[in-house]
Amino acid sequence: MTTTTSLDRPAAPQPFQRVSGARKLKDWVATILVGLAFVVAVIPLVWLLVTVITSGYRALMSSAWWTHSLKGVLPEEFAGGVYHAIIGSLLQSLVCAVIAVPVGVLAAIYLVEYGRGRVARMTTFMVDILSGVPSIVAALFIFALWIGTLGFQQSGFAVSLALVLLMLPVVVRSTEEMLRLVPQELREAAYALGVPKWKTIVRIVLPTAMSGIVTGVMLALARVMGETAPVLVLVGYSRSMNFNIFNGNMTSLPLLIYSELNNPTPAGQLRIWGAALTLIILVMSFNLVAVALSRFSAIKTK
Amino acid sequence: MAKRIDIKGLNLYYGRFHAVDNVTLSIPPRNVTAFIGPSGCGKSTVLRSLNRMHEVIPGATVDGKVLLDGEDIYDAGVDPVEVRRTIGMVFQRPNPFPTMSIRDNVVAGLKLAGVRSKSRLEEVCERSLRGANLWEEVKDRLDRPGGGLSGGQQQRLCIARAIAVQPDVLLMDEPCSALDPISTLAIEDLITELKKDYTIVIVTHNMQQAARVSDMTAFFNLSGVGRPGQLVEADDTEKIFSNPGKKETEDYISGRFG
Repeated sequence: MTTTTSLDRPAAPQPFQRVSGARKLKDWVATILVGLAFVVAVIPLVWLLVTVITSGYRALMSSAWWTHSLKGVLPEEFAGGVYHAIIGSLLQSLVCAVIAVPVGVLAAIYLVEYGRGRVARMTTFMVDILSGVPSIVAALFIFALWIGTLGFQQSGFAVSLALVLLMLPVVVRSTEEMLRLVPQELREAAYALGVPKWKTIVRIVLPTAMSGIVTGVMLALARVMGETAPVLVLVGYSRSMNFNIFNGNMTSLPLLIYSELNNPTPAGQLRIWGAALTLIILVMSFNLVAVALSRFSAIKTK
Repeated sequence: MAKRIDIKGLNLYYGRFHAVDNVTLSIPPRNVTAFIGPSGCGKSTVLRSLNRMHEVIPGATVDGKVLLDGEDIYDAGVDPVEVRRTIGMVFQRPNPFPTMSIRDNVVAGLKLAGVRSKSRLEEVCERSLRGANLWEEVKDRLDRPGGGLSGGQQQRLCIARAIAVQPDVLLMDEPCSALDPISTLAIEDLITELKKDYTIVIVTHNMQQAARVSDMTAFFNLSGVGRPGQLVEADDTEKIFSNPGKKETEDYISGRFG
């Protein structure tokens, strides 16, 4: 009989024990803290979106909003649109991208593939400094150089130049990160096939990093689109359409919002919120395009 | 095709670190030569110096001669790109180009060298994949990405890619160390077939593998930590594994190492 009872007892103490009360409590506290932090982070975002949408959506409902400028529209009149400001924003940031993207990508290629020693360290240092430059400083610098020293007029192009200063470090940095993520093994595989270095970079390294580079560029573009300081300093406000980026006043969405702040009428209020909402939509659509492009150019395994 | 390699007084450095000391070795054509030895003894470094891949690493330098059928690949006038076109390489981990299809991976070397002719590329693609024993497995999905294959298939894809440019010599840096035994067997069979046409040099940590596939074996060792690696002896594989000339070799092979 004694042998059977000894069989019922475990030979050794149970190796696994239940979760202790203190651990349960810690888990509970941490979960609540993390959840709270999330809510705190999201509240302002949602609030902002709700405010902008509810105050501005009526402006976007009229078709004139997308097809007309404010030319000949009285300040208190519920008429006209921001077509000129949308075109202004797009033109200025696209011209900026046309300059900043090739320079930034090539600089990043230099840093990752060729840069050694002093010059590379200097370049990295400069890029770091440039990324810390406030937009108003960039704007003042272009004002002093382009308008003060070189004697050009204020124009949309001057804005683009200031935006280049702001966009360049972002493009260099993100492209650099993406190129560094390309495994060294791929470069070696190409070298071992007798492929020259420049061709390896163009045909192997860049395509492999392409989706990340495109995402970085689109996000940088979305960022500079909302920049306000350069448009306040470097270009005049206009209520009418101007397709010429090199000449004359040219309104962008941030500039339109800023100048309508002086208009206390309900029509002015609506224009401010409408332009703000339009700017958000514009930036968001750039982000969506970035996501779509990176999905499209992403590396497939199936 | 299939040239012989003569290494003469080869010293290899990483910056100031002397990695490999004074290697002299002859590698016969249409043969498999295995490099064996403990980790860090410089066998991979020597292998990479045979197609001028050593100097790709920043700070790495070479001293000595590597003769390919009598022609020094380190001669001042020699273009490293040409050397690598003549001496192909397969790496430890399969590394197909992720942006390319299976077909484009195989013919990448030709395409990037400017070969446009569709029929020529098709032909080389099929011949190389057949040569790498992969054709039957992938012939219906040549347009799918190379990254979707299994590890063993990817490694055979890399071998197909390497032989597509028709090199004279094929270097393999532990080509089976990331593969399961069945894929390893497939690669070993392939090596035995390829040696009819190529001079093959293989680095391996697996002594059974060296014994199975190679005709000649070179044993490298370290004389101490921080000291350069050196070639201890090189001889017919049978002799190295049954009756090595040095006690050091016998100790390593029989597992009485260190």
